Amino acid sequence: MSIQNITVALIGNPNTGKTSVFNQLTGLNQQVGNYPGITVEKKLGFSKLPNNIKANILDLPGTYSLNASSIDENVVIELLLNKNDKLYPDVAVVVTDVENLKRNLLLFTQIKDLEIPTILVINMTDRMKPKGITLDIPYLEEQLKTKIVLVSTRKGIGIEDLKNQIVEYKSLSTEPCLNASIIDVEYFDKLRKAFPNQLLYKLWLVITQDVNFLNLERNEIRSSFTKSHSDLKRLQQKETIKRYQFINDTLKVGQNIDTTNASDLRSKLDKVLTHKIFGYAIFFGILLLIFQSIFDWSSVPMEFIDSTFANLANYAKNHLPAGEFTDLISEGIIPGIGGIVIFIPQIAFLFLFISVLEESGYMSRVVFLMDKIMRRYGLSGKSVVPLISGTACAIPAIMSARNIENWKERLITILVTPFITCSARLPVYAIIIALIIPDKRLLGFFSLQGATLMILYLLGFGMAIFSAFILNKILKLKTKSYFVVEMPNYKLPLFKNVAINVIEKTKAFVFGAGKIILALSVILWFLGSHGPKKDFAKAESVVLQKAKIENQTDKNYIADEISSYKLEHSYIGIIGKSIEPVIQPLGYDWKIGIAVVSSFAAREVFVGTLATIYSVGSHNSEETTIKNRMEAEVYPDGRKIFNFASGVSLLLFYAFAMQCISTLAIVKKETNSWKWPVIQLAFMSGFAYLTALIAFQILR
Amino acid sequence: MKTTVDLLQIGDKATILNVDLDKIPLKLLEMGCLPNNDLEIIQIAPLGDPIYLNVNNGSHLAIRKETAREIEVELHEK
Repeated sequence: MSIQNITVALIGNPNTGKTSVFNQLTGLNQQVGNYPGITVEKKLGFSKLPNNIKANILDLPGTYSLNASSIDENVVIELLLNKNDKLYPDVAVVVTDVENLKRNLLLFTQIKDLEIPTILVINMTDRMKPKGITLDIPYLEEQLKTKIVLVSTRKGIGIEDLKNQIVEYKSLSTEPCLNASIIDVEYFDKLRKAFPNQLLYKLWLVITQDVNFLNLERNEIRSSFTKSHSDLKRLQQKETIKRYQFINDTLKVGQNIDTTNASDLRSKLDKVLTHKIFGYAIFFGILLLIFQSIFDWSSVPMEFIDSTFANLANYAKNHLPAGEFTDLISEGIIPGIGGIVIFIPQIAFLFLFISVLEESGYMSRVVFLMDKIMRRYGLSGKSVVPLISGTACAIPAIMSARNIENWKERLITILVTPFITCSARLPVYAIIIALIIPDKRLLGFFSLQGATLMILYLLGFGMAIFSAFILNKILKLKTKSYFVVEMPNYKLPLFKNVAINVIEKTKAFVFGAGKIILALSVILWFLGSHGPKKDFAKAESVVLQKAKIENQTDKNYIADEISSYKLEHSYIGIIGKSIEPVIQPLGYDWKIGIAVVSSFAAREVFVGTLATIYSVGSHNSEETTIKNRMEAEVYPDGRKIFNFASGVSLLLFYAFAMQCISTLAIVKKETNSWKWPVIQLAFMSGFAYLTALIAFQILR
Repeated sequence: MKTTVDLLQIGDKATILNVDLDKIPLKLLEMGCLPNNDLEIIQIAPLGDPIYLNVNNGSHLAIRKETAREIEVELHEK
């Protein structure tokens, strides 16, 4: 028997456990990518089914209906309307929550209207008993014209049944379960007659939705069947009411809820978690816990990673045959990779917390608690998620701002999120703080270095809120404002979901940022160890001559002199010297200048660049760590280059400057214009330059 | 008693009479805010806004006061 390939689409409302079903069907056998041209996450997995059938399983973004109000939802509609799409499903699996069937079935009835073979999964069936829910499955199957599979992803029940049902997809009914066209018989009759070969519901979606349709001539359909905007809206509302009537009637017979024994954990938890004092106290406590994990718990694995890579570079240097290639590996590639890998503990912790908070249903309560406060600054309660995620990385944070319905609130959130101290700033902060702030404790326990870091975080947060406040006053955007947030039931997060989420997100970050960092570190190494022929090649003779005159015989000293002469006359040295006039007022020399410029692509490159520059420029094996090397850097007159004034200036510069190409790219994508990323870049970096300048001139 | 959702207290139950279709997003209707459906006020956020509702017996959601103002209801007797 030959192997057969089929495509299965998982569709469902948010919070129905759709992704849990996906994870159980596919295990770790999944790919996460993006839909072409947009930043919507595309999750494709593979599953082996009985009868030699292999299924490509597509986890579509959660949506409440086929009336799109976001790009995530557009993806679902565009796919389901395009039969020629490679991923057009052979069978649709609609996932619903047994406690929320009424609302979840709305989407189901719409999918049925598209005449795709559809299976109804009723998930979280382990909640039926405690909630006193009983279902008449044969009746529901008959009314809804489908096959129902009862699943509990928490207990691992029903997945095999689902696989078997998917295999039998050809026997599924493709008949709609209600006739929605009775909302305006005359109009739909005309539509049907004009396009006899098209599905009526498809035509209706083309008329009402603002999405791309490849195979339908939308203008033609629209021009002959135009209705005023408010008429269309009224019809859509009528349609929704019609569907609910059908669902309510069906469930009245097919579902019985006996509330006498129902436990009421939800309302008890809500009382505490949204309490006017405890609610905020608990939220604040959780924030502290997150920061504790990022700063404290992850420092152990980070130090381990740091020293491992330092040893590895040393090992490569000593054991590989000397030459260009070895230099590239030990001075370019290994420190470059190390600079990425060191972020893994922090990123993983952050995604762990965010994923647990979202899975458990707690995040919605935070949104609820914070909305009124955030609105004062032109933000939304939903801005809390991007602002917290921003402490890991602005890129996923800005993408998560998509949940904000109000465009002005969303735009302000996108614009201010990069002020939040992301994990890429941490290595920069860490090394400079270690250099300029004494390792002392105030009153015995209060670490000065820790307090400085705390101040920098508060500075970033304060600046985000302050700019939001200003933007809210300046931006004159008229947007229809509305805010709806679902308050899902509390759930114990499933370990598998959290683990897969953390792994996927960390992987995406490491490989996404990693490519840039690695490429840059190789380029930097090349620019630092090569130069325009004449000057660069003369290095040894110039230095040796000078040593002769000064009567210097120390071999180490001469080797150091040669390499620093080389660095100065390398390409990177030439570039650095040419920008010196701009950065000198901030207290930076040309080496720091190179690091600042190259870290425009990504902040964390700063430390890596200095590491590359100094390891190219040093032959003294005792100065192994970057910190020691930076400490040893002096001006010709002996003043330290990294002193208090230049250090503070650097810290402030990195706190405010928009040093991240990937963030600019994502802002461009999310706002669909170059205007906002350009404004953001000019404002943030200009402000950073100014504060760094003022700080250095005052402190020096 | 006829009133609007923004004026209800925690624990109040009511039946939706009318929804101002031009001021209410379709999404809210899809989540169950339709005429004749019941709703219950679960919680009101500490600063009086937003409002946390249970609509149509199972659809839990939070909306802002300005939206709640556009939903007319008949308050149930206690």
